[in-house]
Amino acid sequence: MLDSSFLLFMAFALVLVGAGVGVITARSPVHSALFLVLAFFTGSALWMMLEAEFLAIVLVLVYVGAVMVLFLFVVMMLNIDNERLRQGFWKHLPLGGGVALLMVLEMWLVVSSRQFSSMVPDPRGSISNTKELGRLLYTDYVFSFELAAVILLVAIVAAIALTLRRRKDSKHMDPALQVQVKAADRMRIVSMPAEREL
Amino acid sequence: MLNLTDYLMLGSLLFAISIVGIFLNRKNLIILLMCIELMLLAVNMNFVAFSHYLHDTAGQIFVFFILTVAAAESAIGLAILVVLFRNLRSIHVDDLSHLKE
Repeated sequence: MLDSSFLLFMAFALVLVGAGVGVITARSPVHSALFLVLAFFTGSALWMMLEAEFLAIVLVLVYVGAVMVLFLFVVMMLNIDNERLRQGFWKHLPLGGGVALLMVLEMWLVVSSRQFSSMVPDPRGSISNTKELGRLLYTDYVFSFELAAVILLVAIVAAIALTLRRRKDSKHMDPALQVQVKAADRMRIVSMPAEREL
Repeated sequence: MLNLTDYLMLGSLLFAISIVGIFLNRKNLIILLMCIELMLLAVNMNFVAFSHYLHDTAGQIFVFFILTVAAAESAIGLAILVVLFRNLRSIHVDDLSHLKE
């Protein structure tokens, strides 16, 4: 009954749930972000157990490497009044806990049926998960793949356009104006009567 | 023996935790964003588990796209957060009621 994969799963699941609780209850947002990093690492280990190696690595690279670093940057950049944000922190715990408990109960009723527990994964052949995903991604899902690329481009443009800030006091040149300048703009020829030398 | 139910229960537990997180941290915009990331992790966990147990790689493709969109979402969300903080000097949700007044 207690094989090694079950023990591993239990260990990872405990760490994952603990990290999740840490994310939502940590006092400072930096600690929350670090707990979220732990949650992503543990989730990646669980995906490894599910033989989804490519996605496990992508989760660590993209989420821990990019998104969580972005979160940490933003958290540390902002000067947040933490005490005010935590006012009445536990006030809605009964309501939220009730909703969450109800959801878990309902999900348990659904997923504990025999239909789910009787499924067995078949041992995969020699083909690698990355190869299989790549084959599918560039054949059946190539249009969605292109769309995902466009979405990322839109995200880059939007993020830069939102946060771009021009400094008002910087003395920068406008090259277009510099090129268009004419001699008449720079030099004025004044005609005046010649002065007699004394 | 490890079966699909264990993974699905873990996913729903994680989802419920992030729901509680949204209730608790309703004033703090940045933790709300983190709770959304946690929810997406729970959903992805279900997708990967189903993909493994139903012998269908399409589930993993879907996770791939969810990761892409989630990365885009958090980038734009954090950009909006930074602009908001520049203008209001706060990320308290109660300070964001200018449209109401």
